[in-house]
Amino acid sequence: MPAVAGSRVHWVSVVTILFLAVFVAGVLALIAADLFYTSPQAVADALGSPEVRAAIRLSLLTTAATLVLVVCFSIPVGYALSRYRFPGSVVVDAIIELPIVMPPVVIGVSLLVFFRTAAGQWIESVPGLQFVYTPKGIVLCQFFVSASYGIRAAKAAFDGVDRRLEALALTLGCTHGRAFRWVALPMARNGLAAGAVMAWARAVGVFGPLMVFAGAVRMKTEVMPTTVYLELSIGRIEPALAVSMLMLAIAMVALVVIHTLGQAHRWWST
Amino acid sequence: MIRIRSLSLRAGDFRVRDVSLDLAAGEYFVLLGPNGSGKTLLIHCLCGLLRAESGSLVIGDRDVTGAEPRVRRIGYVPQDYGLFPHMNVARNLTFALRAAGRPHADALRELAPLIDMLHLAHLLDHSPQTLSGGERQKVALARALALRPELLLLDEPVSALDGPTRAEVLEQLRTVQHQFGVTTMHVCHSIDEAETVADRAGVMIDGRLVQTGKLAELMARPANAEVARLLQVKRNAKC
Repeated sequence: MPAVAGSRVHWVSVVTILFLAVFVAGVLALIAADLFYTSPQAVADALGSPEVRAAIRLSLLTTAATLVLVVCFSIPVGYALSRYRFPGSVVVDAIIELPIVMPPVVIGVSLLVFFRTAAGQWIESVPGLQFVYTPKGIVLCQFFVSASYGIRAAKAAFDGVDRRLEALALTLGCTHGRAFRWVALPMARNGLAAGAVMAWARAVGVFGPLMVFAGAVRMKTEVMPTTVYLELSIGRIEPALAVSMLMLAIAMVALVVIHTLGQAHRWWST
Repeated sequence: MIRIRSLSLRAGDFRVRDVSLDLAAGEYFVLLGPNGSGKTLLIHCLCGLLRAESGSLVIGDRDVTGAEPRVRRIGYVPQDYGLFPHMNVARNLTFALRAAGRPHADALRELAPLIDMLHLAHLLDHSPQTLSGGERQKVALARALALRPELLLLDEPVSALDGPTRAEVLEQLRTVQHQFGVTTMHVCHSIDEAETVADRAGVMIDGRLVQTGKLAELMARPANAEVARLLQVKRNAKC
């Protein structure tokens, strides 16, 4: 909005900036409380323990696998949602966004129930495809919780690509596939990357479904959020805080990356 | 030779009906008409971006009515030029040849005469966003000509340009079209433009190609009151 002549200070600016300051101060107070509760040495010691290191390693491995799955699904699904209208597309949109609004623990319960059905039992009987109480189950939980974020971001990214340019590419000798690869995909790359980072950061923080579907077995199905829970449950606050701060740092870096890619505004506004 | 026969198409509630037109090889044809008369829809149908309901399009001895856009050998320059913003000028220019399987460097060498003709050599590393309107127009034209199309479709190619640039680009269009010998259909609603470049012109009103002929004939003997009114209005606007 251009500057308006007259006083710069009026009640609208005062009130809105006051609310902004209170909110930011609240978040900073929480972070500061975490930071000052313990010492850097205690954090370093906690992060060096075998259990915490195993949890960090498993978190990185499972979220990397989840990221690959999210990218593989979100690009074609986001493109289809952006480009095609079909009967029931509103319902499909709602189903895809359901995991964003539903309590994450419900996903864990639903997965557990599904793997007790005949179809689930059959999948579990395939060698190498055991999900219940395994690291693969962690990936499945993370995928179902975070994929919606990636898909939604991909749809927004493809919505931002002028489809006439894809049509033009056809007149210049491209197949539909090549027009997608040469025009739509590179033009949507920032939004796709932002969505992938957002989905990955969400996957790092998944907890509720894991407790139900993958369990919280130390050094077996223990990821960073599980560590926070397990350490708190036995009264060891330093390791819980150390891992919490690590997850906080990951979330902060993810948001900085998203904003750097310049797509956060578009993602949230869609 | 381009033969359009009884071509009809629909876009929403609007219909282009029963368009028939022959274009001689190397002819420069200008299609005039008011906004919303169906000119751009017809162009989209000719280059395969809209499916025809009926009728046919024959280029030389090839019936391309149902063919995919990529095999029609029709070059298309849209009104906003449609340059790919994520590619520099060089990669925009070589796009069609790369799509045909040529490496970028080979394609650029192959296009060197065209690049020289349109004075684009100093712009090759530039991003399309940094170009002026006239430069964008020339890049879009060169890109459309890269595959040596048999028919070139220009959708209001100079409407976004200022007066002096418009005159320069129109002259360049005519020169390039003449040198390439490519049959051209140029859509606009300016009698000025038509007089500058057209071998022949046509008038489209409400989805129908109402009259074709030399521009002087259209002005002298309009087919009906609507054509007369359109040409008169445009003529008055010019004065």
